[in-house]
Amino acid sequence: MDRPRRTMLFIPGNNPSMLQNAGILGADSVILDLEDAVSITEKDSARILVKNAIEALDFYGTEIVVRINPLSSDFGIKDIEEIALVEPDALMVTKATEEDVRKACELLTKIEEKEGFIPKSIKLFPLIETAYGLENVKEIIKASDRVIGILLGAEDLTADLEIRRTAEGKEIFYARSKIAVTCKACKIDAIDTPFTDINDGEGFIKDINTAKSLGMTGKAAINPRQIDTIHEIFAPSKEEIRYAKDVIKAMEEAQSQGKGVFSLNGKMVDAPIITRAENVLKKARLAGLV
Amino acid sequence: MNIVNPAKAGTMESSDIYIIVSPNEGGGIILDLESIVMKQFGKQIEEVILKTLYRLNVKDIHLVAKDRGALDYTIRARVEAAIKRAI
Amino acid sequence: MKNILGREIPEYIQGYGAVKPFKGAYKSLGNVQKKSVKLHSAAPTQEKVLGSIKEALEKCNIKDGATISFHHHLRNGDYVLNMVLEEIYKMGIKDLKIAVSSVFPIHEPLVDYMRNGMVTGIYANYISGPVAEAISRGELRSPAIMHTHGGRARAIESGDIEIDIAFIAAPTCDTYGNINGVDGKSACGALGYAVPDAQYAEKTIALTDNLVPYPACPIEISQEYTDYVVQVDSIGDIKGIVSGTTMITKDPVGLKIAKMTSQLIGASGLIRDGFSFQTGAGGTSLAVAAYVKEWMQRNNIKGSFASGGITGYIVKMFEEGLFETLFDVQCFDLQAVESYRNNKKHQGMSASMYGNPHNKGAVVNNLDVMILGATEIDLDFNVNVTTGSSGVIMGGSGGHSDTAAGAKLAIVVTQLIKGRLSIVVDRVTTVTTPGETIDVVVTERGIAVNPLRKDLIEKLEKTDLPLMSIEELKNMAEKMTGVPEKIELDDKIVAVVEYRDGTVIDVVRKIRE
Repeated sequence: MDRPRRTMLFIPGNNPSMLQNAGILGADSVILDLEDAVSITEKDSARILVKNAIEALDFYGTEIVVRINPLSSDFGIKDIEEIALVEPDALMVTKATEEDVRKACELLTKIEEKEGFIPKSIKLFPLIETAYGLENVKEIIKASDRVIGILLGAEDLTADLEIRRTAEGKEIFYARSKIAVTCKACKIDAIDTPFTDINDGEGFIKDINTAKSLGMTGKAAINPRQIDTIHEIFAPSKEEIRYAKDVIKAMEEAQSQGKGVFSLNGKMVDAPIITRAENVLKKARLAGLV
Repeated sequence: MNIVNPAKAGTMESSDIYIIVSPNEGGGIILDLESIVMKQFGKQIEEVILKTLYRLNVKDIHLVAKDRGALDYTIRARVEAAIKRAI
Repeated sequence: MKNILGREIPEYIQGYGAVKPFKGAYKSLGNVQKKSVKLHSAAPTQEKVLGSIKEALEKCNIKDGATISFHHHLRNGDYVLNMVLEEIYKMGIKDLKIAVSSVFPIHEPLVDYMRNGMVTGIYANYISGPVAEAISRGELRSPAIMHTHGGRARAIESGDIEIDIAFIAAPTCDTYGNINGVDGKSACGALGYAVPDAQYAEKTIALTDNLVPYPACPIEISQEYTDYVVQVDSIGDIKGIVSGTTMITKDPVGLKIAKMTSQLIGASGLIRDGFSFQTGAGGTSLAVAAYVKEWMQRNNIKGSFASGGITGYIVKMFEEGLFETLFDVQCFDLQAVESYRNNKKHQGMSASMYGNPHNKGAVVNNLDVMILGATEIDLDFNVNVTTGSSGVIMGGSGGHSDTAAGAKLAIVVTQLIKGRLSIVVDRVTTVTTPGETIDVVVTERGIAVNPLRKDLIEKLEKTDLPLMSIEELKNMAEKMTGVPEKIELDDKIVAVVEYRDGTVIDVVRKIRE
């Protein structure tokens, strides 16, 4: 498991005081937003601000993702050309299509070559928020090996589908499932759409649990106060931790006895189970549970 | 770069700096700086603004800056944005 | 001459006198002598209610050079100080010394009186607004003398401040001078800061907008101390006296600081049955209280007391059974006033009981955890809450130094940077509270523990809190902000900062404009 990506916090890109605090709010990942959070007349200014911010500020190990404008617009291309120069961890491609991902990838390759950056060091994080994007999510992921995760954008997706977005989320059940399964098949992260009602604490917890139960590996946040709750719920349960500890213990015993294969509670333990146990313990340590 | 139109960038929010630029044909650089931390950082803010103008090759400009405690990266960014809007 | 904190202080200050330099937070304890009080006894037939403030001033024989005192329980809604000074001005009195426990923007008329020489000296524990700026510009003839809340009580009891006339703004007062703060249209709750004034002044005048028949009940300041009673239309503006509700901060950075602080307090081991706690009224301080509340509830802890200026949030914790009692020196909001009025376990404390280092034991001595603010904190952990970094007076110790000295764990909570200025500096502009009494500073980017507290460092190393040296914190801040230019101040001393024991811990110098 690479760095954890339980939470991805949206930070408005044109706001210096929020950019300066982005790294200490506790999110695993921050999405510096040049798209919806910035008005059209300020897109140019926000781009330059985010570029300078990434260069100058300490984000204390938080993953830095920049949400760029759609590549169909002039803004999107300029975003990549400027932001890539300061090597963010990833760019988030809005209303992603395979075409967009390919275009972004090519542009990044050119820039990385010209600047002498490590090839493919800048990753891509497509945002699935259209019916087309949802149906073609596998192709979008496969369009470039820079893709490290998918974010579901339910507000725009439901708008595209002309259906109502609800707190309960039944309308995005298919979207969540499809993305979770496809991402798992492609071995990348599936990040759930943010919960937009800050004042509905109960609804928020239900929503996170639903996402987790369908296989989403993390959740986007639009307010720092959402981060702790998301981390708590995505943390492994006591049973998962106990089981993981048992697996590792059994593995160590087997290794000391020179055995390559071993079983636990009558079931054979193979590599995927060991990897999963190690990931669980890593997450548990992060959550302060071990 | 040649400043042709007046332009502005930034806001008066805390930690930001509001930059207003206008042409000053042949008149060199005129800098009007106001800051909530004038005594402590006035000199440094001026330096950052001038360095940015130098980097963008701006020789003639009237620049008004109203600072609300912006860090250097914000000053650089807002000056650059204003300049690019003014050419 | 430099005192032990390295602050440059003359041996004699014009308008103040000989300087007793600060020698350490606990160095002046021991045998103490209280002053004797001169008073005029009341014959059985004496009427105390007078027709006007003017009449009261005449009966008290106010003269040039007098020291008069006021309390600040009406905060920025106080009308009394301005009303009294206006009457005194009409009488042509000069060279007054005002001992007012705190000064607020509403006291702006004081600036004119400073300029025309009617007021030549001010004693206060907290000064804000136009008066503070005027003092910083050198417009007060003698240096202002700044005390702590506990230190002011000490000064009054010892005779360092000799009050000729104490004016007590009284939300309720009966015809024989029994005063309380819980009833009346200007009810402000506890009157802790007014108590030493009433007890030690030669003359005490109660001003009230709620004159009730004798006897009043409850009695917070008793008839034995009151000479005269004057009824006025209004002693203050209720909107400025108490806020509706004091709110917990919504700022994510403040909340992070508060969460880290509560984890620190938990790790210290101090949250157990009998726990005592005090926090300020600011948004972040209240957020700490919220997290502490959660911790206490999760672990079924029954605390002994919460103290200080009391807010509705603390009252809620108390009413939910988290504390046995409250010790209240002033009420910050309507909930606190209501609780103080109705709940007998919500007890008042005088300023002396609260923090006087020279009595037989103040409440601060029993305090486990204190949450404090700071304008600046330096590499020796000295804290400045008196001046801004530009050198202008914008506050004062209040209860800061008293609680820091008494509490087992004194925690400064603050953002690392405010408006491009780092809170952590090489040397504070003014020392309010000495570093030996400050245990930890918590910022959103790191926590620094005073090296004197090896026991605390050991406990905290077991957590995953981001511990670092205070130098590292300062460097982190400077990396972001750059290094500020030093503010040059004039040589002239405009205020003397007295530590709670009456020694001089620092001075404030005139700003250069």
